[in-house]
Amino acid sequence: MPQQPVPILEARQLHTYYGASHILHGISLSIKPGETLSLMGRNGMGKTTLLRSLLGLTPPRRGTVKVYGRDMTGAPPQKIVRQGIAFVPEDRGIFPNLTVRENLVMAARPGPNGRKDWDLTRVLETFPRLAQRINNMGNHLSGGEQQMLTVGRALMTNPDLLILDEATEGLAPLIRKEIWSVVRKIKQSGIAAILVDKDLKALLELADRNIIISKGRIVYEGSSEELAAHPEIHARHLGV
Amino acid sequence: MELSFYLVQLLNAIQYGFLLFLVASGLTLLFGIMGIINLAHGSFYMIGAYLAYWLTDVTGNLWLGILLGLPIALLVGYLVERFAISFLYQRDHLYQVLLTFALILIFNELQQILWGTDVHGVAIPAILAGSIPLTENQSYPIYRLFISAVCIALACGMSWVIQKTRLGMMIRAGASNREMVQSLGINVNRLFALVFSLGVALAAFAGMLAAPVDSVYPGMGENVLIISFVVVVIGGTGSIKGAFVGAMLIGLVSTFGKVLLPEMASVMAYALMAVILLWRPQGLFGRAR
Repeated sequence: MPQQPVPILEARQLHTYYGASHILHGISLSIKPGETLSLMGRNGMGKTTLLRSLLGLTPPRRGTVKVYGRDMTGAPPQKIVRQGIAFVPEDRGIFPNLTVRENLVMAARPGPNGRKDWDLTRVLETFPRLAQRINNMGNHLSGGEQQMLTVGRALMTNPDLLILDEATEGLAPLIRKEIWSVVRKIKQSGIAAILVDKDLKALLELADRNIIISKGRIVYEGSSEELAAHPEIHARHLGV
Repeated sequence: MELSFYLVQLLNAIQYGFLLFLVASGLTLLFGIMGIINLAHGSFYMIGAYLAYWLTDVTGNLWLGILLGLPIALLVGYLVERFAISFLYQRDHLYQVLLTFALILIFNELQQILWGTDVHGVAIPAILAGSIPLTENQSYPIYRLFISAVCIALACGMSWVIQKTRLGMMIRAGASNREMVQSLGINVNRLFALVFSLGVALAAFAGMLAAPVDSVYPGMGENVLIISFVVVVIGGTGSIKGAFVGAMLIGLVSTFGKVLLPEMASVMAYALMAVILLWRPQGLFGRAR
């Protein structure tokens, strides 16, 4: 049997609760280095909770989370992400009281193996709009610029795995296109990604594997070719 | 009265304002960044003064006393944060008030056990013991000028750390979105412990600097605490700039109040606070909530 690479992130049988409500019902998933995984599902089905569980922000009550084979269940978020994970949350998490430059610089650190592929210069080359607004405060940016900033900030941590939660939600089509083209470049540079989004077309083009979640359970897992060939699957789980 | 008399009072007011700033800036930072109401902040001022008195007595030198006292103050701050304050970040302010009030009582008791209830003085180091003559019968002590100079340097240093360094960016980021800072791989707990310790060290340092000009006595912490809260409220909670302006205003009002309106002196600071709050309820540089 050929040796499988150690997954960057591996979750087994996650059960997560908010107070008394049981949100995740035994979700297992893993992502290999360089792989792009999409996570789909209607609103309120547990996608964001799953991401928060993986990152230690809302620790699962049962189940395990491993990063590069090391058990990180219950570890604080900063320990988990320092293994090479960067998170772009749905609300973007821009620091409004810091300038664009400060938002980027405060996050800078080498990757888990000392890699320093991404620095301020490269991020600003990737997002020229940010270079123009470098001294603006975080709360004086448009939604699209904020999204670029939060992705750029994530890259400043030189991650092996980038997790994007609804990165294109509520953005104008042109800005969306720009974000997706950057995600494509990130994928080509070998960084793994977990993408949560509603833009099915973009996800099918970028993702190697797709997972659909419904009511806290994985109801479908398959390649983009397969999912594209079976419109009834997304009609059942994603259609309105 | 002569002009030089007013000059002396002005210098006194500024020097007092600077000392208040050291205490109040820590208080406002802890509240603005960490959401902590620290009633024990004045106790750290007192601890600083007593450390300066004790260590100067032991070593025979105020500089050595300060040098040895500062790490002790930092350590006390760190231990208080780790073993007490850190459990209350997510709790209501009432818990913090109760806990830090208990700390006042504990520190006061410890102070009486260790150093007794006598009033002590600390000698001004020989090199700064002189005065600068202003007129034939007016002069100004060099040590008080020294206090102001040190405070200016510290204020500049603080503003540099907060505005220009990555540590400062992390602190400001932590104030606005703690969880996001964590998600970027930064240990917020360690960051807050550091901020708290530094705030404590600033208050203790103010106490050390003040020891040679004011006496060292039981209960000195509470006096400073109350007036520092007035400074924070006037300046607007969380604003360093506000703490600076507030401290200077209080320095001026209480110093000149004592000279010009002695019978009203004790209420002047509070009257000023009341007027400012009527005009700007969020304080001079506070953000409206």
